[in-house]
Amino acid sequence: MGFLFELGRYALFIKRVFSKPEKHSILVKQVIKEMDLLGIGSVGIVAIISIFMGAVITLQTAYNIDIPFIPKYTIGLAARESVLLEFSSTIVGLILAGKVGSSIASEIGSMRVTEQIDAIEIMGINSSGFLVLPKILGLVLIVPFLTIISMGIGIIGGWLAGSITGEVPAADYIYGIRYAFQPFYILYGLIKSVVFAFLISSIAAYQGYYVEGGSLEVGKASTKAVVVSSIQILLFNLLLTQLLLA
Amino acid sequence: MIEVKNLNKTFHEKQVLFDVSAQFETGQANLIIGQSGHGKTVLLKSIVGLHEIDSGEIIYGDQVFSGMSFNNQRIIRKKIGMLFQGSALFDSLTVEENVQFPLDMFSAKSKEEKLDRVNFCLNRVNLENVNKLYPSEISGGMQKRVAIARAIALNPEYLFCDEPNSGLDPKTAIVIDNLIYEITKEYSITTIINTHDMNSVMAIGEKIIYINGGRKLWEGNKEEIFTAKEERLNDFVFASELFKRIKENS
Repeated sequence: MGFLFELGRYALFIKRVFSKPEKHSILVKQVIKEMDLLGIGSVGIVAIISIFMGAVITLQTAYNIDIPFIPKYTIGLAARESVLLEFSSTIVGLILAGKVGSSIASEIGSMRVTEQIDAIEIMGINSSGFLVLPKILGLVLIVPFLTIISMGIGIIGGWLAGSITGEVPAADYIYGIRYAFQPFYILYGLIKSVVFAFLISSIAAYQGYYVEGGSLEVGKASTKAVVVSSIQILLFNLLLTQLLLA
Repeated sequence: MIEVKNLNKTFHEKQVLFDVSAQFETGQANLIIGQSGHGKTVLLKSIVGLHEIDSGEIIYGDQVFSGMSFNNQRIIRKKIGMLFQGSALFDSLTVEENVQFPLDMFSAKSKEEKLDRVNFCLNRVNLENVNKLYPSEISGGMQKRVAIARAIALNPEYLFCDEPNSGLDPKTAIVIDNLIYEITKEYSITTIINTHDMNSVMAIGEKIIYINGGRKLWEGNKEEIFTAKEERLNDFVFASELFKRIKENS
């Protein structure tokens, strides 16, 4: 019953979030602000994770297929497929669920317990739409760029690791990266990232919006936002993989 | 005028308001008094529509507010200003942006006109040179005044104040009380104030409603409150040493 209650309330919350905004000019300003805050502010962490992720994938692949009759470019090929298909969207999604999700839940939760949301409602403004829609749109619009950055840096990370350790010659790695390339894989990664961005922002906002109590409950809501959105990312990752690649 | 008829409200199967009926007069400071935890804030938040009521009616002028859709309630809500217990200023906005917020949302004024209105409201609550400061950089009393300035930015017809003096020293509390009273008279607003501060009652209590255990037990004004026969009201009014002595000397 608890699950159904939460699901129903989440659906009604999303309906309110996507109702007509009060002023479009204010919405546009807020979306740009959120893109900067949630997206641009995450470029650093995404870059660091991606470079190490690419490096580790390349080295692990190299160590595991150290067989003479398998060409070296296969390592570049495997690294590319792993980065494009899985890591840049899913791992970045999970990292953003921790960083951005907790930030959204605690910001909105704090506004709830300090009656700032009530103050917005009193003015006749749809508080869920006013506060949450810019966050959802901001993250959904900026995450594809973060994913592309992650893909690029991940592949560079693999190239650096392979070259520095001497496990994969640069020419082989680059040949592998270009070999049998399917552009759809980038689109597939971007579609997943957009869905994950929606899940992270909406679930975190939902958890924060319905906080009852004080700062302790805000902390709990923030933790719950990260846990629930991470699980949803994994679940939707499976669903999308089946839908888009099967 | 705002009228409340037979209002009932339950939270998690616990009834907190029982058949509360009252009228709040235009151009007067209407006070809801009572101990903490006895339903004052629930009553106030129910009147403004922040809590959905179980039964009863809330009438603004000649419009039945309770039962209206959110979109219809918005028309009335735009005529409401509210001062929250903790001020509820937006942390991420400066004082100027806080007061300008309702103007940005609902007014078609130019940037300059909005700024003029913001400065007028801030001057009206006796605040100067704080425009660019954030709420965390000003005192609690100043925060309350900024919240009043924000509440009056759109010339409201109804002003609600939830414990406007909480956390303030007696001198600042008087300043806030007087400010609310003056604004009520100046713009002929229907003002409803929740308080348990007897100093406020004595200073501005034109119409007083006493709530105990979620029930309205008494109604009157600041002169009548000292001669009321309601025992629980007397316990509340004369709880402090100061008022006990006043009673003994009178």
